[in-house]
Amino acid sequence: MRAGAALLACCWAATAFAGEVRAPRAFLSPELQALQDDPARHPGWLWVEQGEALWRAAPPDPGKQTCAGCHGDITGMSGVAARYPSVASDGALLNLELRIERCRTEQQGASAFGDESEALLSLTAAIAARSRGQPVNVRIDGPAAARLAEGRRLYSLRQGQLNLSCQQCHEENVGKRLRGDIISHGVGTGYPAYRLEWNGLGSLHRRLRACSLGVRAVQAPFASPDYLALELFLADKARGLAVEAPGIRR
Amino acid sequence: MADKAPTRRMVAAGLAAMPFAVQAQPMPSSAAEVNRSRSSESYADAERALLAGRTPIAAGITLDVPKLSENGNSVDVLIKVDSAMTREDHVRAIHILSEQNPFPRVATFNLTARAGRAEVATRIRLATTQNIVVLAETSRGAVHRAEQEVIVILGACVDGG
Amino acid sequence: MADITARVTMPTSARKGEIIDIKVLVRHAMDRAVDAQGLKPSPRRIIHSFRASYAGEEIFRMDLSSGIASNPFISFTTVATETGVIAFEWLEDGGAVYSRAATLVVT
Repeated sequence: MRAGAALLACCWAATAFAGEVRAPRAFLSPELQALQDDPARHPGWLWVEQGEALWRAAPPDPGKQTCAGCHGDITGMSGVAARYPSVASDGALLNLELRIERCRTEQQGASAFGDESEALLSLTAAIAARSRGQPVNVRIDGPAAARLAEGRRLYSLRQGQLNLSCQQCHEENVGKRLRGDIISHGVGTGYPAYRLEWNGLGSLHRRLRACSLGVRAVQAPFASPDYLALELFLADKARGLAVEAPGIRR
Repeated sequence: MADKAPTRRMVAAGLAAMPFAVQAQPMPSSAAEVNRSRSSESYADAERALLAGRTPIAAGITLDVPKLSENGNSVDVLIKVDSAMTREDHVRAIHILSEQNPFPRVATFNLTARAGRAEVATRIRLATTQNIVVLAETSRGAVHRAEQEVIVILGACVDGG
Repeated sequence: MADITARVTMPTSARKGEIIDIKVLVRHAMDRAVDAQGLKPSPRRIIHSFRASYAGEEIFRMDLSSGIASNPFISFTTVATETGVIAFEWLEDGGAVYSRAATLVVT
């Protein structure tokens, strides 16, 4: 029994240092994994429900289409979240939230929902949920290449009063404990996620802001170029892993 | 609720009378009481009031809570009580009590024979590591009791969210 | 009245006499009262009760406190007796009542 445990610990360490990126769900307790898999109990599904209603809801301007009016049933969004963030035709790097906001302001002629608003989180969750289980597959060629490089630079940049880079926790110390938390590979495949700490759903950028605060660095605003580049880098790091959104996180 | 809120003195009087009542008031309901950040009723008082002089049976309840809770904001509680759930003999109330929360009475489930099984679940908040106590009252007047310690783990990556 | 986001998970049909699981989630912050010195006092604002009725008769009731987690989850059971509407009500501090209903077909 003890030998088995030691062997397991050995494998764990080997995996951690082999550079293989493990899915965030692998770092959850069996209880939280089960919760993440059960829409009847998963509170994040309240946001999915609200987002699906918004998908069908008329925009403020009655002359404009609903989301469904252009895109059809939300089931057609299958696979979309797995390709974000993505560079738009005008060269801007957009995550799913920004893509929704752009659609809302440009196509629906409405005011933006606003960063981290309940409506934006809900629509993002509803769309992302349609890609659950599908492998992350972001484009990193062409105009995305420079943003990916910027994301990689930020990932290894020591920051804040603790002078820590993302990499020092999420590459070099994966699997170790920080108090009750187990350090994961830090990929964002579960976001927007229902975090028990938040009592609600939040975006990856909210989580990144929490990381910035954690190392006592300046928190960048939501949708800032830095966090967008980091999001692209993390999505590339997560390439091939399943979308877990809406995830359950501690 | 505010239109006929009893005074705190009335609440205290009501609690004092409870050990002799057939069915205890499951939850405090006065505005004065619920709008405090901490109950005036202790855990021991709450349990005594619910037992109403009866001696609990330390069997018959399966209390499924995690031994280690990853976040006190949300702790799964699943309760099963052995009962035929017939009209003559069924579980009619299941109470969750907390030894260390600001309010000892966490929840009361009211069941009838129509439930078929005495099985309920919810998610609770735990202020800190403590015992969770469950009391189940049957239609015949018996009370079953179970308790389980839950250790609340503190995370490192908190952001005041 | 303002609406609320809620989810009910239960079968749409069951055999007579079968025990069915009903799971409900509701979007609510379950705000605790604040009365500490130096803080702006604010009243409790939670879902304080939940009721379920089946073809008009109450089958389940729960009293909730501020010790229930945000976005309350409740799971309970009932025996399928007849085809009918199972109605759910969440009662909030301040008097608001939010409701949902689902039909159970019994064969």
